[in-house]
Amino acid sequence: MAEAHPVGFQWVVEAKNRGAKVIHVDPRFTRTSALAHTYVPVRAGTDIAFLGGVINYILSNEKDFREYVLAYTNASTIVSEDFRDTEDLDGLFSGYDPETNTYNSDSWTYDGVEQHHEPHPDTAEPMRHESHGAPVPKDTPKDPTLQHPRCVYQVLKRHYARYTPEVVERLCGVPRQAFLEVCEAWTANSGRERTTALVYSVGWTQHSVGVQYIRTGAIIQLLLGNMGRPGGGVLALRGHASIQGSTDIPTLFNLLPGYLPMPNHEKHETFRQWVDAIRHPGQKGFWSNAESYAVSLLKAYFGAAATEENDWGYDWLPRVTGDHGTYRQALDMIDGKIKGYFLLGQNPAVGSAHGRAQRLGMANLDWLVVRDLYLIESATFWKGGPEAATGEIVPEQCRTEVFFMPAAAHAEKEGTFTQTQRMLQWREKAVEPPGDARSELWFFYHLGKRIRERLADSTLPRDQGIKNLTWEYGGEEPDAELVLKEINGYDLTTGKLLSTFNEMRPDGTTSGGCWIYTGVFKDGVNQAARRKPGREQNFVAPEWGWAWPANRRTLYNRASADPEGNPWSQRKAYVWWDAEKGEWTGEDVPDFEKTKPPSYRPGPDDTGVAAIAGDDAFIMQGDGKGWLFAPSGLIDGPMPTHYEPAESTIRNPLYGQQANPTRKVYDREDNPTNPSPPERHSEVFPYVFSTSRLTEHHTAGGMSRQLAYLSELQPEMFVEVSPALAAERGLTHLGWAHIVTARAAIEARVLVTERLRPLRIDGRTIHQLWLPYHWGSEGLVTGDSANDLIGITLDPNVLIQESKVGTCDIQPGRRPIGKALLAYVEEYRRRAGLIPGHHTPIVTTGDADG
Amino acid sequence: MANSLYGPLDPAPDAGYVDAPPRMGFFTDTSVCIGCKACEVACKEWNAVPDDGFDLLGQSYDNTGGLSANSWRHVAFIEQPRPDPVFLGMPGQDKPDFRWLMMSNVCKHCTHAGCLDVCPTGALFRTEFGTVVVQEDVCNGCGYCVAACPYGVIDRREGDGRAWKCTMCYDRIGDGLTPACAQACPTESIQYGELDVLREAAAERVAKLHAEGVESARLYGHSEEDGVGGDGAFFLLLDEPEVYGLPPDPVVTTKDLPDMWKRAGLAALTMAASVAVAFLGRRR
Repeated sequence: MAEAHPVGFQWVVEAKNRGAKVIHVDPRFTRTSALAHTYVPVRAGTDIAFLGGVINYILSNEKDFREYVLAYTNASTIVSEDFRDTEDLDGLFSGYDPETNTYNSDSWTYDGVEQHHEPHPDTAEPMRHESHGAPVPKDTPKDPTLQHPRCVYQVLKRHYARYTPEVVERLCGVPRQAFLEVCEAWTANSGRERTTALVYSVGWTQHSVGVQYIRTGAIIQLLLGNMGRPGGGVLALRGHASIQGSTDIPTLFNLLPGYLPMPNHEKHETFRQWVDAIRHPGQKGFWSNAESYAVSLLKAYFGAAATEENDWGYDWLPRVTGDHGTYRQALDMIDGKIKGYFLLGQNPAVGSAHGRAQRLGMANLDWLVVRDLYLIESATFWKGGPEAATGEIVPEQCRTEVFFMPAAAHAEKEGTFTQTQRMLQWREKAVEPPGDARSELWFFYHLGKRIRERLADSTLPRDQGIKNLTWEYGGEEPDAELVLKEINGYDLTTGKLLSTFNEMRPDGTTSGGCWIYTGVFKDGVNQAARRKPGREQNFVAPEWGWAWPANRRTLYNRASADPEGNPWSQRKAYVWWDAEKGEWTGEDVPDFEKTKPPSYRPGPDDTGVAAIAGDDAFIMQGDGKGWLFAPSGLIDGPMPTHYEPAESTIRNPLYGQQANPTRKVYDREDNPTNPSPPERHSEVFPYVFSTSRLTEHHTAGGMSRQLAYLSELQPEMFVEVSPALAAERGLTHLGWAHIVTARAAIEARVLVTERLRPLRIDGRTIHQLWLPYHWGSEGLVTGDSANDLIGITLDPNVLIQESKVGTCDIQPGRRPIGKALLAYVEEYRRRAGLIPGHHTPIVTTGDADG
Repeated sequence: MANSLYGPLDPAPDAGYVDAPPRMGFFTDTSVCIGCKACEVACKEWNAVPDDGFDLLGQSYDNTGGLSANSWRHVAFIEQPRPDPVFLGMPGQDKPDFRWLMMSNVCKHCTHAGCLDVCPTGALFRTEFGTVVVQEDVCNGCGYCVAACPYGVIDRREGDGRAWKCTMCYDRIGDGLTPACAQACPTESIQYGELDVLREAAAERVAKLHAEGVESARLYGHSEEDGVGGDGAFFLLLDEPEVYGLPPDPVVTTKDLPDMWKRAGLAALTMAASVAVAFLGRRR
């Protein structure tokens, strides 16, 4: 956190000064460890084993916040008798289909629930449940004594029973004493009087089990009663400004604004099918109003052209046909399926996994538009990248026409950033952008205008959507506040801005570009621009910026009160039921219907919002409960399970199943995976490597390697190794070394440091080495890119790449250059058995130890 | 004995300022430094200091190397390996087995500033805030100040010849602003303020760290009794000063100047007397 988020880390320092104990768990000793009381080294890629150990500690010592768990989680719900655990099936859950490497999740459901299974769920399908809560019926059998052998509590307890401190030590390399210190600190600082926040940086997600990492953390936070309460939560520190904003109003292929799913060409042929797939008629929860949000979005897009007769223009929306994630797209470019591409402030030639595939893909386009501050590697790969050096890309013959458009930097344009607390903060333009540099808003506004002029006479059906878009954002210089107002939404009968999404209607009388953002322009005031100092308001600071939804700073904050509506403790009072006034009140905007009393119980025929009981704190969930066990919605299992990374030097000590059996694999010759046990030849790549950031640089370097003041602070690509590994491989401090995987060999200067230390894992010594990933071929300081080492293996739920752990070899000296480099890597592949016709085994249960 | 060249002193009034504002200073608390180097960058941005070259030094994460004409803040990184894993028979001792110390170094703005004392052009001067500043339009590049600094801070810029160093952002503090480095520091490792107030805060901080078991915490440059009459920029360290590359007992190089002049005068007199005696002797 101190490395990548030094400004945020000031609060950790502040907490430490106030007596907080800081424990840092990380594969290497970083600037964060330097200020921690305790540093706990861990093997990269074993977080579920570690956190699963914490769950086991909580459950076997009964350290859970029992009243909270009973009231607000699904701990008491009975699971189907058809469910089989990984503990029974050697690392697989019930329902696995080895033909398709997917699960039929019917058996993971609650007892007595009929599941109608969708065969072969689309990859990334669950993402549309991101804040929906997957469908479950509202009444399911429960055992409030938590004794039923199939209640979630007992299922969870059995699942993690083997994740003992001894197993954590053997698997993660964490000494028992250090592990117990973490467990004790976490549990002692949770409960009625205290809460603990789990804060992670997004590298945590970059694993083939990335979603399950976060799930494990969420299970702990639910068991300890740390959700929906002040000082609690699971918080992601984003890698750039407004990454939260770019999922709310998404740059993702499978979502529309406000987490409405992008229509699928088969499943959502009609508007009605699409809307019903979101709101699940007959079920409870806030998504039952989805039709109002959907119609308002289409009215914002298409204005007067969206009518009830034409289903609000639904047919003008594009459809997804499957996986169009960023890695699929790179491979599709290689295969010639994609003709043109826009890159906006993104540098995949350096910043994305498998840099070679990224560059070869971009070299096979008709056109590429790069909007950035400088000529980054993704704009010059065709003449300056590694493939130009090996002869794989010949500049004179590269077919891609690259258009470089200079972009305005963040201080040169106005707009909002949305941060991890879902808070929008308006920022002003401080200076004019230099030369021809323009904002994204300017670029797309004028691009849209020109395209619409071109299409003015078109009668083709495919062009009607673009022709019907509302496109009035001011004159030559578009007005960002007009865009924010469109996002906020209007009452179209009066022309007034909406105050809350509850005002949205499904009859076409309201518009709104992102329903969860409605209210950001309440009363005609740009609420995101508010800057009332913290000392002039309560500690929640509701008048600083604006948070979605409805300026609520903590989601599910109904859980900060007990089932009867009283604060769990005075110390942690946040939102509570005022019986006299008959309403919810407190420091924050209550995340509950304002006048629904804690005692409210729905009738048997109630659906939607009316079916939410007075103690259903998790109102967006299908059953109103926090999910310790996810009966649906996840592709790779209802509970997190330790799998080895897709590339590992050891056999999974817990299960025959080595790695996530549903991980997204692109099994093709240009994307080889290093062999892992039980496959043979894993010894060719005997070391574990991880990559991350340095404080001194920004991601792929486009914003830092062009600046002398930053470049001089970390001027060269390097690799960190322990003294023991340096001795084993003959590496010298400040000398050269090269690192090899099945994809590439890159070179780096060597830093020998005790901040890296070998770990004792399952009776063996495991060496880990570490690389920053900021360098490329352009800029004041250049160097090889660490991401070239990484292959494309993805988490199946959200298609994030496994880029924080892999296996490699390291050798002293510089790498070969030119064609010799290709031959060198080819020889490694041959030795590792990665020859044509080789396929990485996915299911490894029952396999003898390799 | 105290005089204008040695011992406790309030430098601004001593330099002739009437109704000088309180002496301003830096307190750099290395126990909360995270080594982000924001101070180095902010300093260069504000003061338009050129870059210092793109050299990987291999001194942990320090690629700046030290204070120089082109680096007025310098973050040192010290990796302290595990001590010999011998059980010392002290149960309950909760000491980490590895430390990574970080410290943002800067010009000390000494009470008795050798650089200023030796400057023949008056380019170096004492400000009303008690700080020491070089005027680049006066400096003639003689370099006497470089040798006179007991900390090795001030330095001549290659290709320019003139001497450069931290000004404690003289062009900011006069307007009531905080110096760029302190403004940018995310963890308040660099604190700027009235020196008296900072000294009190520093003493409290050390006491707190001692109470928490961090016995190695100590102040450096805070004492008016030290060889430079106390530093305008002082530090909280977690180890001996040498570990951070700081001189353990700096003494202003002009400390003995009065004595030297006395001795030189005496020598001159003696010589004159000898000459006289010689002549007198001849007459005899």
